[in-house]
Amino acid sequence: MLSIVVCVKAVPDPKEACKIKIDPGTKTLLRCDVPMVINPLDRHALEAALHLKRTGEASITALSMGPLPAGNIVKECLALGADRGILLSDRAFGGADAYATAYTLAKGIEKIGAFDLVLCGMASSDGATEWVGPQVAVFLDVPVVTMVKEIQEGAGRNWLVKADWEDGYRRVAVQLPALFTVTRSLNQPQTLSFSGIIKARQKTITVWTLDDLAVSPETVGAKGSPTIVARLGTIQNKRSVKMLGGTAEEKADALVGILAGAGAIG
Amino acid sequence: MIDFTFTEEQEMFRKAAREFAENQVAPFIPEMEKTGKVPDGLVKALGKAEMMAVTIPDAYGGLGLGYTARLIALEEIARISVATAMMLQVFALGIEPIIKFGTEVQKKKYLPDLATGKRLATAAVTEATGGSDPTGIRTSYRKDGDVFIVNGRKCFITNSHIADTLTILAKNEANPKEFCALVVEKDMEGFKATHEEHKVGMRGCNTGELSFENLKIPKENLLGDEGKGLRVTMAAIGDVGRGGMVGCALGLQTACLEASIKFSNERILYGKPISNLQTIQNKIAEMKIDLEAGRLLGYRAAAIQDKGKPSSNEFAVAKYFTTEASQKAAKMAVDIHGGYGCMEEYAVSRYMRDSAVVGPSAGTSDIMKVIVARWALS
Repeated sequence: MLSIVVCVKAVPDPKEACKIKIDPGTKTLLRCDVPMVINPLDRHALEAALHLKRTGEASITALSMGPLPAGNIVKECLALGADRGILLSDRAFGGADAYATAYTLAKGIEKIGAFDLVLCGMASSDGATEWVGPQVAVFLDVPVVTMVKEIQEGAGRNWLVKADWEDGYRRVAVQLPALFTVTRSLNQPQTLSFSGIIKARQKTITVWTLDDLAVSPETVGAKGSPTIVARLGTIQNKRSVKMLGGTAEEKADALVGILAGAGAIG
Repeated sequence: MIDFTFTEEQEMFRKAAREFAENQVAPFIPEMEKTGKVPDGLVKALGKAEMMAVTIPDAYGGLGLGYTARLIALEEIARISVATAMMLQVFALGIEPIIKFGTEVQKKKYLPDLATGKRLATAAVTEATGGSDPTGIRTSYRKDGDVFIVNGRKCFITNSHIADTLTILAKNEANPKEFCALVVEKDMEGFKATHEEHKVGMRGCNTGELSFENLKIPKENLLGDEGKGLRVTMAAIGDVGRGGMVGCALGLQTACLEASIKFSNERILYGKPISNLQTIQNKIAEMKIDLEAGRLLGYRAAAIQDKGKPSSNEFAVAKYFTTEASQKAAKMAVDIHGGYGCMEEYAVSRYMRDSAVVGPSAGTSDIMKVIVARWALS
């Protein structure tokens, strides 16, 4: 039986993006006024796990890190079909950057025990660093394939996957245990169902704290985060128009000069 | 202390219903508006999403979730499509008499297929001579051995042409004080769905007439006691029918408010979004106040219903308030949109048309006042 861990993050509902505000002091998202949902790409990761379970034997653990209210999204994963939910929650985990988040998640996965596959969304809709998945793989010392869009062969230990690569794609042969980050073209996630919610009544969420993971408080949360957000701002896209005169040749020469001067052409 | 919060599970039901409505109901709206017909795919999607199963006990293939969950689902679906919520609410109206008054045999025969959407239900009480006063109906029955012979016509029946399992009310030919509630299957000899209505709103929700010509119904299809059919249908209409309309109205109010907030934040006048104008804020505040008050009334009635207590009076209050409020909200939403509100590309024009149908469905506001006054004076 495949043992799959799906990493999920609670993010502010992207549909309510206009309500999202940033604390100017801590430079972190103010989450109180916006409903939290499962990071949309993590839904694709969970759906991939559910597909593997439907077509073979698999047990799925949904793993998240966040304050206790983030347990709601773990519960949703259980309603969607995950077998077990684990929430890493401790005041010490707060303020974590991608690195500290990946470290904490990796420690959680180590505590879960033997696994075959870790699935993550390619990026979160709020942070969007795309670093957490690969960093978890590094901490776990397993191969990682990013931007997986199709699992072509998934039997035994040797898998073949198709993954995005700039304008094309890669076909990657990988041996389990491994970690994949997935794109939205991998599948179409199922919606929550009422009967799934009812079934989730029988499933429990385990909460693990700093003590459960047996890690130093210096290595997690804000203290374990090497990233410093120095400044936040809004990018201003300014446009200006310059009308060129002269003959067609003169205008073409002037245009080449302007583009070369701006570094747009070599 | 009264707890006015939804449980974590109820919040998840709302999320599930919202996801379903946004992803699987919304794509059907243009077709429904254009043709006025019920799309097959929509009914199948409702069945697959277990929307017909919400109030059916789990022993008969349902979810057994009760009426608060039903109201949540209807509110969320109506936020996207009032026509779809109406269709769904009347499925439940046809199902409820079987749940409440059906024999074990009837429950086993009908409920599992009604839960999955394999069978579609409706209740047919209204006639040209009586809707809110069902004693005025003219559809009659006589007994011929083990068979009820029914003759008459029903009008303004939601799901008339798509339902295959119908709860109907008929009056005893020999004794006008006796009524029977009977389960009709559309293939029975003498049953016919005739004229289809073209409503001003809720397009894509089927409404029409039924004709019964020497319709033969076996005695096994009698719901409740012979001669006591009024009780059967009124129990369904009073709680489930009014409750369903509250769900439709709350969803419509929410849709009007959301569209108005979005438009007034985007529409620039005098160099600023019109949401900065006090006159627009006044309308938005009124919509919000009505929505909050309507939710309190509606969910309170549903909570009473979930406790197994009579809730038809509380639902009459909620039905009056929310359907009136939805009409006000639709008018204000169209006003806020100005000229755009008259254009079909903007959903608020549909909300306005839908609001016209929400009012009289399951009893007009005047009838609700009659019921509320009786309650107050009793």
